[in-house]
Amino acid sequence: MSDLISQFENIKEKNKSINAYISFSDIEKENINQTGKLSGKTIAIKDTISTAGLRTTCASKMLENYIPPFDAHVVTLLKKHGAIILGKANCDEFAMGSSTEHSAFGPTHNPNDLDRVPGGSSGGSGAAVAGNLADLALGSDTGGSIRCPASFCGIVGLKPTYGLISRYGLIAYGNSLEQIGPMAKNVYDCSLLLECISEYDKRDATCINRKNIDYTKHLEEDIKNLKIAVPREFFGNGTDEVVEKNIWATIKKIEAEGAEIEEININSLKYSLPAYYIIAMSEASSNLARFDGLRYGLHIEKAHDWNDLFSKNRKFGFGFEVKRRIILGTFALSSGYFDEYYIKAQRVRSLIANDFKRVFNKFDVIVSPTMPTLPFKIGEKITNPLSMYMSDVDTVSANLAGIPSLSVPCGSSNSLPIGIQLMSNHFNEKTILNLGNKIEQFSGVAK
Amino acid sequence: MKHSLQDVKIGLEIHCQLTSLNTKMFCNCSSDYRGHEPNTRLCPICTGLPGSLPVLNKRALDAAIKIGLALNCEISHFSNFFRKNYFYPDSPKNYQITQYDKAGGVPIAINGHIETNMGNVRITRIQLEEDPGKLQYEGSITTSMNTLIDYNRAGISLVEIVTEPDVTSPKHAREVLNTIQSIVETIGECDSTFDGSMRADANVSITGGRRVEIKNISSFKEVERALNFEITRQKTLKAADKMETRHWDDVRRVTVTLRIKEDEEGYRYFPDPDLPAMILSDEYISNIQSSLPELPEHRCLRFVNDIGLTNEIARILNKDKFIADFFEECLKYYNNPKLISSWITTDILGYLNRNRLEFNDIKLTPTDLSKLSQFVQTGKINDSFATSILIKSLYENKSPLSYLDESTSNVMDEQSVAEIVEMIFTNNTEAVSDALSDPNAINFLIGQVMKESKGKAPHKTVRRIMDEKLLNLKGN
Repeated sequence: MSDLISQFENIKEKNKSINAYISFSDIEKENINQTGKLSGKTIAIKDTISTAGLRTTCASKMLENYIPPFDAHVVTLLKKHGAIILGKANCDEFAMGSSTEHSAFGPTHNPNDLDRVPGGSSGGSGAAVAGNLADLALGSDTGGSIRCPASFCGIVGLKPTYGLISRYGLIAYGNSLEQIGPMAKNVYDCSLLLECISEYDKRDATCINRKNIDYTKHLEEDIKNLKIAVPREFFGNGTDEVVEKNIWATIKKIEAEGAEIEEININSLKYSLPAYYIIAMSEASSNLARFDGLRYGLHIEKAHDWNDLFSKNRKFGFGFEVKRRIILGTFALSSGYFDEYYIKAQRVRSLIANDFKRVFNKFDVIVSPTMPTLPFKIGEKITNPLSMYMSDVDTVSANLAGIPSLSVPCGSSNSLPIGIQLMSNHFNEKTILNLGNKIEQFSGVAK
Repeated sequence: MKHSLQDVKIGLEIHCQLTSLNTKMFCNCSSDYRGHEPNTRLCPICTGLPGSLPVLNKRALDAAIKIGLALNCEISHFSNFFRKNYFYPDSPKNYQITQYDKAGGVPIAINGHIETNMGNVRITRIQLEEDPGKLQYEGSITTSMNTLIDYNRAGISLVEIVTEPDVTSPKHAREVLNTIQSIVETIGECDSTFDGSMRADANVSITGGRRVEIKNISSFKEVERALNFEITRQKTLKAADKMETRHWDDVRRVTVTLRIKEDEEGYRYFPDPDLPAMILSDEYISNIQSSLPELPEHRCLRFVNDIGLTNEIARILNKDKFIADFFEECLKYYNNPKLISSWITTDILGYLNRNRLEFNDIKLTPTDLSKLSQFVQTGKINDSFATSILIKSLYENKSPLSYLDESTSNVMDEQSVAEIVEMIFTNNTEAVSDALSDPNAINFLIGQVMKESKGKAPHKTVRRIMDEKLLNLKGN
């Protein structure tokens, strides 16, 4: 315990330069299970996930002093399995962003290069693991928010199948798209954490009751004859040459292990980014309506009536990007535009889901870059939202289709990490974790 | 107030709380919220705390299906929930979970109908939704400094029943509401004696005018009043010139323009991602169908076909489940349906209407009423005397048998009746000879006997003795 406390002090010290945490737990007061699957492991929890008695801010001024009265289901499971919860990880406000610059508590810095972003929105979680500020982390992924920071920070991150993990206690951004997922230094730890948090929960009506899988026991399977598709659409115009080269080099190594590689086309993918943003923003505009400051959250004292009160609380409580997405989402759901935007986006979504389904009739895994670029500089894209949104171009389709997607480090350029994205059919996490484990071995970047 | 029926179109939206449920619609909080301290029946779900998620109470779904079946609807095999987005302090999430019939939304039941005396009324749809909290004011709404919010009601299960504009008059509206009330009570899902458990909004248009919605109507009686007012208002204007929502002020008894609120299009309806669509099999629906009790409509038919009542009397008895139950209970003690149903529909309901009372306000028991009918049937007392003590007993709120205890002891025996008849015949020889040639003239003699006996001579006995006597006289 005294070791842990001195380690914790070091972490708090290191956090000053990285800013991975918004709040720290009082670990001395916690009664930690010493015999669980995760005992001895430290973990950072994204600040969009509710922790009873520990403030949960969503990196927003709106919830600066909000202390949830209940634990998210995943937090209950972490405690059951003996994880040491160190604190709450920084992120983009309400998970809206790809760089963790949109936080009311300041940006998080990439431990690989402090001038660069760690990715987002689970940037605090990614930086905590990469910077040795925690063994493990939980993120949430609505359009790439686990995989983007995993790629930018050089760690492993999984967005599980929609319905595998209970969302109970996850403060919603785009609730038809998002899942809580594990982030870790290597595939084994990522699998272990997934094992622990994927227990069925009847409090989430979208959570599917399935037999628990010991993912760590499926990591040494042969990848010979594994059928892998590489859709050309994932190597679009905005893809850095160094990223493209690195991904192809990794694909060649996978082929050398006996897997079968085939380049394919999935035409619908070119519509995935606009469809994703319309759906996510529409849902966000409704999900965030409850933050009016009346029952909890930021409360401005002086108001004429409740409309004025709601407006003031939301004006001062929300940051710029959150307001932008609420306004765009409200617009997309408005009468007269609803069919043109929301309904059309849903049609694209089913199209993409059906296309993936067809591909998985023939292939086991789809491979692509996680991010089209290397981690960019803090401030580089903050004034250009469109170029920021473009960062999600390769990750959002997995959320639209609800399929699992893993990012694993596969190389680097000037000490900036590059991640490869592996996708498989619904509830087939073990296939991509197994392949990820192989990639980790021959790329030699696992920590 | 009279309205020509053909030019008025009224549609109704009826909200029924599912009072049969123990818990709220999407959480495990108790649904028994009345009379509790404000904000004590709450959890993270019904107060919409961040991260909380709704899970549908299956009993609410089943109840809505039952109501759908009872109102002759098609039950949807695929149905889903939508969010209705609007900022209002009584709604803790600033959206209401409800159902929708556009944009891919499918309510739990559609295309039903009900029969009323004043015509068939089509049911457009039936949908499940959550009740919001309650806003309260200290003292008057206009002078109160604060709006207080009680979320105990938030998340209570509601079923909304929407009719087509087939309702032809305010009176008809009242009949439709009573019919629906009787149906939901029969199937036991909504107890309308709970304050605010059934509420109605109405929309009304007259030919050439726009549709006006009236909200905030506190009771079914008020619906009739509000519609009467609104139709007169519209006719004075020739026709409503704008589509609007008006508020019924039941103190001043007028409708007033509501602050122009977001219309249907402003609610940004979209499917709720937290609640998966409901897929219902034929088997699931038919299991619920077979669990339904006998509905008023079917009971009405049985009263006509098996018990032999007229359609009109059967309908009146079935307007209220309580009354139909009372009637059948009477028959268990003594099977005299004609007299008992006539007492109930004419004398008892007449008394209740005149005095603005409800059936359960009176002390009369089914046993007492059937015993009374037995006395008439066996000739112990005559029916007009029985009716008079029935009415007397209602006014004095006593058992009708309590009057008989004194009078039945000296109910006239046959011997005494014969003696009185003898006396009346002797004293009215002219009338007797009239009666021999004109059968109607006998009524005068009967009246004399009744007067002499102070109403205690059983009518049937008097008649029989007289007939025998007249026959003898004729023979001579």
